[in-house]
Amino acid sequence: MPIFSYIVLSIALFSIGIVGVLTRRNAIIIFMSIELMLNAVNLMLVAFSKMHQNAAILAGDVSGTAGMDGQLFVFFIMVVAAAEVSVGLAIIVMMYRNIHSVDVNFLNRLKH
Amino acid sequence: MNALIVSAVLGVVMMFSGILLKQKTAVRNVAIAGILLLLIVNLLEMNGITLFKIDTHGMLLFDHFALLFNAVVFAAVLLYFLLSSAEMEKVGVNYAEYFALIFFILCGVTLVTSFKSLLILFLGIEIISIPLYILTGSDKRNLKSNEASLKYFLLGTFSTGLMLMGIALLYGARGTFSTAVSPMVTATPNFLLLGGMSLLLFSMAFKVSAAPFHFWTPDVYDGAPTVFTSFMATIVKVVAFAGFVRLFDDAFEAQQAQWRIWVAVITAVTLFIGNITAVFQQSVKRMLAYSSIAQAGFMLFALYAMNADGKEGLLLYTAAYCIATIGIFAVLARMSDYTFDGFNGLSRGEPLVAGALTVFLLSLAGIPLTAGFMAKFYMLKAALATPGSSWLVVFAVLMAAVSVYYYFRVIQAMYFKAPGETVQPSFPAFFKWMLGILAVLVILLGLFPELLLGRLYF
Repeated sequence: MPIFSYIVLSIALFSIGIVGVLTRRNAIIIFMSIELMLNAVNLMLVAFSKMHQNAAILAGDVSGTAGMDGQLFVFFIMVVAAAEVSVGLAIIVMMYRNIHSVDVNFLNRLKH
Repeated sequence: MNALIVSAVLGVVMMFSGILLKQKTAVRNVAIAGILLLLIVNLLEMNGITLFKIDTHGMLLFDHFALLFNAVVFAAVLLYFLLSSAEMEKVGVNYAEYFALIFFILCGVTLVTSFKSLLILFLGIEIISIPLYILTGSDKRNLKSNEASLKYFLLGTFSTGLMLMGIALLYGARGTFSTAVSPMVTATPNFLLLGGMSLLLFSMAFKVSAAPFHFWTPDVYDGAPTVFTSFMATIVKVVAFAGFVRLFDDAFEAQQAQWRIWVAVITAVTLFIGNITAVFQQSVKRMLAYSSIAQAGFMLFALYAMNADGKEGLLLYTAAYCIATIGIFAVLARMSDYTFDGFNGLSRGEPLVAGALTVFLLSLAGIPLTAGFMAKFYMLKAALATPGSSWLVVFAVLMAAVSVYYYFRVIQAMYFKAPGETVQPSFPAFFKWMLGILAVLVILLGLFPELLLGRLYF
């Protein structure tokens, strides 16, 4: 069953996203890496959705609606991610206006 | 269901009131009337009167615990509005929008306390988080506020990513997002199920700022405008706990053996780091941030114990912790100096304020006769029902003893030190009486916790 390849691909994408968040210093690129993580999740949800659908059909369910909730979830993630992008970019722009940089190394004033 | 719809509508009403009403006191009165309405419709639903009949296909369940928890949270927000809403004017010009965002957060709160599907949990957490990113950065010219909001945003979305991966893995294992799974399906643990469970554990620990996922908390709480720190440290934190407990109670009951040890470790580390670091703080605001981590350690006992006592304890802890912390932050927001020295000699000029503040601090430290003591007592009693947990309870009591040190530093500054050269703030009479009422509530709940807990069983 090729579901394993999908799992490996989306875990690989997810890990690239995590490494990006942890190592990059540019706020925009960190943000991009987070979006990559969300899209890895979307891919995995769609793959699982098809897997559960096929399993239900093999088990004799003829309606074909099993596993649809996974694909519905993807749309919710997209909508919420769009809302997050709008707020997140606004915050980054607000910071850029004040310090003329989007480097997160500047984010250490609060420590003192 | 009542509170969910009414809070969303009230958010929109507040947005329009910002356009239509010119006076800030009018906006504030609309907000206070709104939160009262929200509390009333929620109490109506507790007594069986549902205004909206909507079939949610089993995704939401407004059980008695969820409704009572909502009622406590709405009452805390009402007290917060009465005490601190005047301070919000100083943050920025968008006064009505702050209230609108808070009502939208309350909409997310009702989702998180009553979800039966992982989809609703995700939506609820996001509806709470996104307005919070905005509120954290609402002081737009202040660099610290900018920094706090960017940090909170990046780490918050990162933890949401982890949570979504956890949900996706669980979906792969179970084929459904519903948390009401039959034990038959979940009997065999596999790597999808365990991976999803640990990712959900990490991301929820992040949301409640439990160590080792607490590192964002002091910076964000310190940088955000103090009125909104007060809201984040109380309402949002306890609601995340309610969601945490509900999630693990419903979805991972069968895996309790696997996650319980992890929760015990997280609890111990949270208690240790929160209390020990709080001792070394110079700023009261930062001390309260670490103290909120330490209190989160105690609230984790509800998750660890996962029994009826733990849920009662969580409810009482919510009330005790919210009232005391809202009171302390309301005073702090009016101070000009946030260090311990800023409180020097407060008892001479303002005996009532200093007295109320003492009651709140004693309650947070868990001294008997206050609500904080009863809340901690219920938590530890719940934990003792689990075999092999006595080391954790002993450790928690020791850490509570450490916490007495930093809470008493404020009391010592207020009563036993001469006033410094900093100008003491003046408190309006209404504010002082509200603080007095809060202090009475703390003592009342400490003497008669049944007043609140008795409502849970009928």
